[in-house]
Amino acid sequence: MADLRTNFAGIKSPNPFWLASGPPTDKAYNVERAFAAGWGGVVWKTVGDPIINVSSRYGANDYNGTRVAGFTNIELISDRPIDVNLREVKEVKKKWPDRAVIVSLMVPCEEPAWQSILKQVEKTECDGIELNFGCPHGMSERGMGAAVGQVPEYVTMVTKWCKTHSRMPVIVKLTPNVNDILYPAQAAVDGNCDAVSLINTVASVIGVNLDTMSPLPEVNGKGSHGGYCGPAVRPIALRMIGDIAREIGPGLPISGIGGISNWHDAAEHIAMGAGSVQVCTAAMHQGFKIVEDMIDGLSNWMDSKGYRTIEDFRGKAVPNYMRWENLDMNYEIKARIDQDACIKCGLCHIACEDTAHQAITATRENGIRKYEVVDQECVGCNLCMLVCPVENCITMERIDNGNPYTPWTEDPRNPANKIAAE
Amino acid sequence: MIFCQRDAMADQRDIASGRLDAASYAAGLQTDSKPPLDRGRALIEASRCYFCFDAPCVEACPTGIDIPSFIRKISTDNVRGAALDILEPNIFGGACARVCPVEELCEEACVRETQQHKPVTIGLLQRYATDRFFETGEQPFTRAPASGKRVAVVGAGPAGLACAHRLSRLGHDVTVYEAKPKSGGLNEFGIAAYKVVDDFAQKEVAFILGLGGITVEHGKTLGKDVTLDGLRKDFDAVFLAVGQAGVRAAGVDGEQIDGVEPAVDFIARLRQAPDLVALPVGRRVVVIGGGNTAIDAAVQAKRLGAEDVTLVYRRGPDEMSATRHEQEFAQVSGVRLKHWAQPSRFIGNNGALTGVEFECTESKGGRLVGTGKTFVVPADMALTAVGQQLVADPVNAGARESLALDGGRIAVDDDGRTSLKGVYAGGDCVAGLDLTVQAVQHGKIAALAIDADLRR
Repeated sequence: MADLRTNFAGIKSPNPFWLASGPPTDKAYNVERAFAAGWGGVVWKTVGDPIINVSSRYGANDYNGTRVAGFTNIELISDRPIDVNLREVKEVKKKWPDRAVIVSLMVPCEEPAWQSILKQVEKTECDGIELNFGCPHGMSERGMGAAVGQVPEYVTMVTKWCKTHSRMPVIVKLTPNVNDILYPAQAAVDGNCDAVSLINTVASVIGVNLDTMSPLPEVNGKGSHGGYCGPAVRPIALRMIGDIAREIGPGLPISGIGGISNWHDAAEHIAMGAGSVQVCTAAMHQGFKIVEDMIDGLSNWMDSKGYRTIEDFRGKAVPNYMRWENLDMNYEIKARIDQDACIKCGLCHIACEDTAHQAITATRENGIRKYEVVDQECVGCNLCMLVCPVENCITMERIDNGNPYTPWTEDPRNPANKIAAE
Repeated sequence: MIFCQRDAMADQRDIASGRLDAASYAAGLQTDSKPPLDRGRALIEASRCYFCFDAPCVEACPTGIDIPSFIRKISTDNVRGAALDILEPNIFGGACARVCPVEELCEEACVRETQQHKPVTIGLLQRYATDRFFETGEQPFTRAPASGKRVAVVGAGPAGLACAHRLSRLGHDVTVYEAKPKSGGLNEFGIAAYKVVDDFAQKEVAFILGLGGITVEHGKTLGKDVTLDGLRKDFDAVFLAVGQAGVRAAGVDGEQIDGVEPAVDFIARLRQAPDLVALPVGRRVVVIGGGNTAIDAAVQAKRLGAEDVTLVYRRGPDEMSATRHEQEFAQVSGVRLKHWAQPSRFIGNNGALTGVEFECTESKGGRLVGTGKTFVVPADMALTAVGQQLVADPVNAGARESLALDGGRIAVDDDGRTSLKGVYAGGDCVAGLDLTVQAVQHGKIAALAIDADLRR
């Protein structure tokens, strides 16, 4: 049985599965239910001067009959008084000492405001704080959340205040609503942060009600942009986590957030460098019990791979995460269709024919449909394999062309190399 | 004790009505045997469609409905688009959604069947789209400018009305002659009630006739009230869709005994009964035959309150023309299926049926032979469903030239043209699958041929 215990920037938890700051962690009632269900930690919903929320607050993308493929919210930070939140944090931490309890914070960008709240939070004996520099809606218009996270200087400044005025580990939560995540990440490092967490939600409009012509979610016939999350944003998170892990290095702990719904998603985040993972949408969709499979599944998978601890595979995909120019230009693959497994849906053909390389023919043999790869035309793009509904029916086979690893930077077809040669 | 009583009653004819409470009739006969999908379930089912290229299901549909297209449209809530994808090639798309043996047509061809033995439920999705569309009351089709041509159609079943509808759309005026007092053909008279509930057959006919340009004259029988010669004289073209009005006899002793009747008559009586509670049915019913008519008769007899219903077929389950799905449906409905036996005589007492004697059969080199071993199934009612046939006499009655037949049916070319100029035919009176969907296709094809020939 794999050991899932996690030590993230000095914060210990029995497993790497934390609930992200959000509605599920708004009060002791929810958090205790989560701990009872098995969650390793929580990041308490952002504490700050209480706000007033609107209704409605959430929207979702359904895809092909699947509910909540993507999720959005226009909720603000906690609407409960700071002292109520912090009293509950203290009580919960005392009751569940083995679980990680981190308090998310957001106050205006003034040092005394931070100094004041940090003093109060410290008394809860929570395990650390997470600076909410990510919320892209509502709070950002008030000069907080993403409005801070998008300005590296502010990130450094506030992080420094927190490190100066508190002994607690400081996790800086980053917004994905930037051109290059490395700037705010480096800014957090420059402010002496203990860790970063990402991604916060992606600024978005989840949809439009075509009857009322209101953007969604709808508040009395009007809508405003919200923060997008859920399974749809996982690829965005993996990329940004990978960028930080690759460019800033393993010295900076990363708490992975974004579209994690199961152990498999979590393992991918960890492989890309995350030391803990945070979940919100999946729990909001199906309740806290999902953590059972996360724990169980991750443990079983680790056993099957011979990984004893999280650290054994954390960041293992990072060395393979390359810039495009370093990929092997001589690697060659071709699509192979298992004719016995083929169910004759023709999707490989029409995808290739209409939108790719005309490399799969559609013929009939004694009336039976047959789809075959034309090797000369196949560029090994994967499209047919991706659209094929039958597992392992289409595979990509490596063609041994005898050519050595050659990155684009050294490829003779690269115009830059030609110029250099001349 | 109970056995003794029953045995004592065995010689007494027991055909009675009101065997069940009123709610049971409604549940058994006036409720969809395949409940329709609501929007949520339709969307989930639609999402299972792969939107195949060169989709096998389309090829398996005799009317060539673009199934992936209409299912995709359901998935996007484009129900009108979905319904028109169905109704354009098949104006009886609503009936076909209910009565098509999909498990042998589109759903058997579905790649999900190949992959998972769980095809997309195309029939139910087709019903979802057409039902939702019919609720709007929209008449989506229009007529082309009047051609000045008039076409006579004989028979107001699916083939006849499909032909009439297409002809009217193409600008021709159509008069339909129907022997029965209602239109709809087998959808109205010959199919189990639980497949077409809520008077759907008549609603569909009203939708089809709503296009305009089609006059139906009921109570007009070919060979009696109208003749082919007369129609050929009075109209620019004639389409024959007379079906198979002749019922094959079992051909054994005792068929005239009270209590023995063709299954089609029993079904028609049930379908037209104003009050099912008043409809008599035998306590013990034997149905002879292996097709859908036999199944429909057996299950409906059971659902009318018959205590024991036995369906006897002379060959095995694989040879039955009723689909495996229909056979299983009969079995879970409480019908006993008995294979490899053929009737040898109907047994009566004082002119009333008491049982049917069967001889066991076997296949010898593909040929069916009796083994000589017999058994008797006690019965108050015996329904024969051993096939129907074209009654050709009225078609050719008094005609100057007679219509060529082929294998007992009207001979036609690929476009429905008969041996007589200007005379076309389709549906069950010509060779084919004897299915509503096939009849619709015949009617449609013939209409296009008539249109082309008239404009030549």
